[in-house]
Amino acid sequence: MHSTSYVIKFTLVMTIIVAFVLALMVSGLKDIHGENESVYNKKGILSAVSVQLGKDVNAMSNEEVQTIFSKQIEQKVINTKGEELTPEQIKEETDGRSSTAEQLDMAKEGKKADADKLLPVFVFTASDNKKYNIVYTRGKGLWDEIWGYIALESDLNTVAGQAFDHKGETPGLGAEIKDNKAWYGQFTGKKFYNTSGEFTSISVVKGGVKDKTNQVDAISGATITGIGVDEMLERGIKYYEPYFQKLKSKESIN
Amino acid sequence: MAEVKEIIEKKESAFSFGKEEMKLLRDPLNDNNPVTVQILGVCSALAVTTLLTKAIVMGIAVTLVTAFSNLFTSMLREYIPKQIRMIVQLVIIAFLVTVVELALKAFNYPIWKDLSVFIGLIITNCILMGRLEAYAMANKPWRSFLDGIGNGLGYGLILIAVAATRELFGKGSLLDIKIIGPTSEYFLNTNEIWMLSWYTANNLIILSPAAMFIVAILIWIQRSKNRKLIDIS
Repeated sequence: MHSTSYVIKFTLVMTIIVAFVLALMVSGLKDIHGENESVYNKKGILSAVSVQLGKDVNAMSNEEVQTIFSKQIEQKVINTKGEELTPEQIKEETDGRSSTAEQLDMAKEGKKADADKLLPVFVFTASDNKKYNIVYTRGKGLWDEIWGYIALESDLNTVAGQAFDHKGETPGLGAEIKDNKAWYGQFTGKKFYNTSGEFTSISVVKGGVKDKTNQVDAISGATITGIGVDEMLERGIKYYEPYFQKLKSKESIN
Repeated sequence: MAEVKEIIEKKESAFSFGKEEMKLLRDPLNDNNPVTVQILGVCSALAVTTLLTKAIVMGIAVTLVTAFSNLFTSMLREYIPKQIRMIVQLVIIAFLVTVVELALKAFNYPIWKDLSVFIGLIITNCILMGRLEAYAMANKPWRSFLDGIGNGLGYGLILIAVAATRELFGKGSLLDIKIIGPTSEYFLNTNEIWMLSWYTANNLIILSPAAMFIVAILIWIQRSKNRKLIDIS
């Protein structure tokens, strides 16, 4: 048996060494971690326009993602009234944590009251100078959160591309919303508004698509995740409506 | 000075690799497998075996942690106060797991994102504590290190076997490359009958209970081939 003072000394020395090495590692790798995280987020956004980019976003190098993002993406932060915020306003609203759309903590924004919510918009300019508005929406899947970036054509109605992601859906079932191209590809070309301009959203339906303009087929075995996607699209796209109206009225003036 | 020389000489001879050392590496792969014989670490074997990539990364991570926690514990075994030895072991394991996690986050972010929670949960993997208590506290560093590698590989082997079965029959793919079932998306033309184009991916296999069946079937196969394992655990 060791004496109590030995035990205390041993514990102290060990704890200090372990804490020192870990702290050293964390601060040494901080930059790499930060860059990885930002590239991962950017890849998520660019995946929504991977068809227009003509490349597999996941196979791109970090530098490639950064250059495309800085050259072809314009970031905006809007509120639910459709007004664009200046960087100073964004800083104020987020207690100084973020000043651009990609830095917004969307989990936090989701919990705010509707009137205080900040929404990111990424305007992507393709190589043929066409502009696509990429909007964001977040909801709940079976196990945890799911979210998606939807790229809209210039009519602000037709889906030009989409990328969904999730925190912990079941691989092979709910996780197919991210992995299965045949499933998420269904969204391309669907419309959020019907011909008379009413908001219909895009629904995830079981047992075959009846209305080709605004329905996609659900994944069998992933009912709850499907309902989650359906719900987050209907709720999430609605927040952008005032912004869409403003964009449209601006265009008609021009 | 003479003492120092003696210690150095002892250390050099400690790195021998003979029959005994080979046994340390080979035993956990079959006769004393941590998962199928000792039935340890089953919870993570169920959770991370939905995809082969996850299982491989997890196997490597656990092997690194068992090997080095065994090594460090064995090196410190004469200095660790007996009263708090479990706490000390836990600190060593937690330290190494955090190092592995930080490194993975820096070098393969998407995999880290996929595995995140389960890397942290290596800390609670019973294999680690079991090896430290049963082996590293009573043996020399080099042998403890080998024992750690052996047990990590034994765990990884089962993980890979289970994950390959689950991904192949549950998703029709291996390492995210579509192998069987109808598809035209990937490089293999799987509309051929011999590629099982009629096969519909079985969703049950992807869910956790299936991992239980598969581990049980592996145990059954192993024992029917290796008679001396019957009734020892």
